[in-house]
Amino acid sequence: MKAFRPVRAWRAGRASVGDGAVTAAAGQGAAPLHQSASRDLLLLAAAGVAGLLLLMWALAWVTEASGTGSADAVDATTGTITLALSTEPPQLDSTRLTDLVSGRILGHVMEGLLRYDENNRIAPGVASRWEIGLTEATFHLREDARWSDGSPVTAHDFVYAWRTVLDPATASEYAFILHPIENGAAINRGEAPREELGATALDDRTLHVRLQHPTPHFEKLMAFATYNPIKEAFREGRQGRYGADAEDLLYNGPFVISSWVHGASLRMERNPHYWDQDRIHLNAIDYAYITTDVNAVLNLYKDGKVAIAGLNAETLEDALQRRWQLKRFVDGSVFFIEFNHRPERLTANLNLRRAIQLVTDPAELVYKVIKLPGTLPGESIFPVWLKGVHGAFRQEYPAPTHPVDIELAREHLARAATELDIAGAWPPLVFLSGDNPAANKQAEYFQEVYRARLGLEVKIDRQIFKQRLAKMTAGDFDMVLAGWGPDYEDPLTFGDLFASWNENNRGRYVNPALDSWVEVAQTSPAPRDRMEAFAEIQRIIHEDAVVLPNYESGSVYAQHPRLQGVVRRAVGTDPDFTQAYITGTGD
Amino acid sequence: MLRYTLKRLLQGIVTVWFIATATFMAMHSIPGDPLSSDKAVSEEIRRNLEAKYGLDKPILEQYAIYIGNMLQGDFGISFSQENRSVNDIIREHFPVSATLGVLAIAFAGAGGILFGALTALYRNRLPDIVIMFLVILGISVPSFVFAALGQLALVNLNEVFDATVLPVAGWGSMMHMLTPSLVLGLGTMAFLTRLMRSSMLEVVNSDYVRTANSKGLPPSRIFLKHQLRNAILPVVTVLGPSIAAITTGGFVVELVFAIPGLGRYFVEAVQQSDYTVIMGTTVFYGAFLVFMVIVVDLLYGLVDPRVRLE
Repeated sequence: MKAFRPVRAWRAGRASVGDGAVTAAAGQGAAPLHQSASRDLLLLAAAGVAGLLLLMWALAWVTEASGTGSADAVDATTGTITLALSTEPPQLDSTRLTDLVSGRILGHVMEGLLRYDENNRIAPGVASRWEIGLTEATFHLREDARWSDGSPVTAHDFVYAWRTVLDPATASEYAFILHPIENGAAINRGEAPREELGATALDDRTLHVRLQHPTPHFEKLMAFATYNPIKEAFREGRQGRYGADAEDLLYNGPFVISSWVHGASLRMERNPHYWDQDRIHLNAIDYAYITTDVNAVLNLYKDGKVAIAGLNAETLEDALQRRWQLKRFVDGSVFFIEFNHRPERLTANLNLRRAIQLVTDPAELVYKVIKLPGTLPGESIFPVWLKGVHGAFRQEYPAPTHPVDIELAREHLARAATELDIAGAWPPLVFLSGDNPAANKQAEYFQEVYRARLGLEVKIDRQIFKQRLAKMTAGDFDMVLAGWGPDYEDPLTFGDLFASWNENNRGRYVNPALDSWVEVAQTSPAPRDRMEAFAEIQRIIHEDAVVLPNYESGSVYAQHPRLQGVVRRAVGTDPDFTQAYITGTGD
Repeated sequence: MLRYTLKRLLQGIVTVWFIATATFMAMHSIPGDPLSSDKAVSEEIRRNLEAKYGLDKPILEQYAIYIGNMLQGDFGISFSQENRSVNDIIREHFPVSATLGVLAIAFAGAGGILFGALTALYRNRLPDIVIMFLVILGISVPSFVFAALGQLALVNLNEVFDATVLPVAGWGSMMHMLTPSLVLGLGTMAFLTRLMRSSMLEVVNSDYVRTANSKGLPPSRIFLKHQLRNAILPVVTVLGPSIAAITTGGFVVELVFAIPGLGRYFVEAVQQSDYTVIMGTTVFYGAFLVFMVIVVDLLYGLVDPRVRLE
């Protein structure tokens, strides 16, 4: 091999006698190679890079993916704000609406009879006046309410939409919210034809509604998206595709969807046919990015590409260091540990539940585990923002509280052991939880609390969303991390949760006393009687340790300083950009 | 050649059928279904929903219907993206994933071959050591870390220049593609570099290189024609499966860079128990993978005349 070296060195004309690589490289026979070959490689690399660029350009040209663009977060000249959406709306048919993202979009492009204003009070929408009595209601529709094709919004559009929601064939998950209307529940069960619904169009602009039973919160229901109008001729003309794409919807709200690229972007533009133009300041709301990754949205915010970015416990530190002005907001949901009350379960035992209740400290959970400003320790299933008779419900009827008392808890546990005939160690309790970092952290915290304070072994059962729901419904748990978000702005949206007939009472708690208070709250016309019923429900849930409130969730977010007038609310469209505007400076 | 191709295609079809069946059975045996939702619904509504989606039928009948529709190229309607057919979802989003995947594999292939050749050339010297250190890093660091770091780097880059040099996220232009595809291809690039390096070193000592040497061919010609071309064979072999892996594995990158690719639907469908989307994407990706492997095997015959396809 060595004999060849001089020849090759001569051919290559490069290797010198003193080449340090000789000994090391002789074995490979590549010693003189690397200089000339690396020049060739360099050329190859250059060709490769050029080829790649060409490929990229060609791909960009061929796919022609509708640009999410690189517009700035707020653009005062065009009156456009750019935002990120956490997920794509599954569809925008209000009859089958279930999720918050769809609700947010629909809140900008549709309008019901009534709506919530910037102070979260009921305000006129399509209806300019209305009278709601004990068993009937009349809505007078405004003359200038128009669909985006220019045709008027009529009372018939509401009747058609409501009948469609209740039609069993639609299989609407939110049909229950229309049950207060006469025959609503019967139609929904398929026991009455849809024409028998107690909602009639007296003429094009007068809608008359008969109620099944007195419904004190009926006014507030009118702002819920499931009550939105739908133009019959348009929906039937879409052959089942109503709400699937931007062109498959007819709009009557402040904005219209001008483009919807699935999975990529959704852009809303001002609706020229909307009756109340003075209320609208923005020309366009551009959801240019769709991702569930909060860090990605935060990076886009840093880069000046989106106007709002939510923060979590991990990213909060970074935001504080950047001295951003942060906003916080209680989003209205309540989270709790729900016990399984089915008789065959250990947790059906009151003393066991009370022992667990006595060692559970929501304040510790919120301040030491969750550590997110804006989150409040849970005291009641009725969150603090609910209104009572005059002021806040929770101020008028404070939630019963209890100090953490480990001694007393152990007494209860001993009593439970006697009642359940448990000698020695307790069998492990199944703690069902979601499979995400936040839920994991909480579940592990509780596992440690119950082990250290009560000597109870807790087995965490992590499940992804649908599986957790299936296990909750089947009763395959002892305790579960659960939560509830409000549908309308009345304590009843939380208050009927543990009624024996409620399908969402997944722990199957049954208590006739609680049931009767729920009935009072549902039908009594006097606000004071209703609020007292809710106070009784609040007391029973605490005394019977039905659930253990953990926290009221809040969120912290950064918002572009030039974007103003954004309304956040616990119930209804949130965040609401309808009346948002861009200021000149952004102090 | 033709017989071999047909045989392989037939095997592929059986494989895809097996994938479809196994996925179908696994999907139906886990607790929960696409119809369970946050708000519990009444029995009646649930029955209506089940009837609407055909979930009220016995499982074997559902299976028969499903396979029948699949043979006609109809994957059904998504549960979570109501009103959208799975065919539409694949048609709209696969090109995006494919674009990302093709670019990533181009980066990975070009970079892998180049760096692999380079490390072999400079064996045990500084470039080799530096590159091999980076290779270990590239192989062991998961793509979501690279994605997050890459995005953060973009934010800082734009901050320094006080302008959008490269977009942080989104999709649509050439500039949007650059970082995500690099990030996506990094792991494969590292892997290919290692593969290329060892196969280069193996080839160096072979008879034909020695012969070429003794004939007095110029070293760069030996390197390119005799060493590189022969050493590239194992790389081509793994390229096929990597194309599929990269195209299907883009989920995290798609999420971080807000790219409307199919990978997101693939993963989110599992979380949502969205039966039709799970089946559609799995079968589609399965068929894609099988097809890529067959293509690579056929290509192998072209690259290396010694391989007989029988």
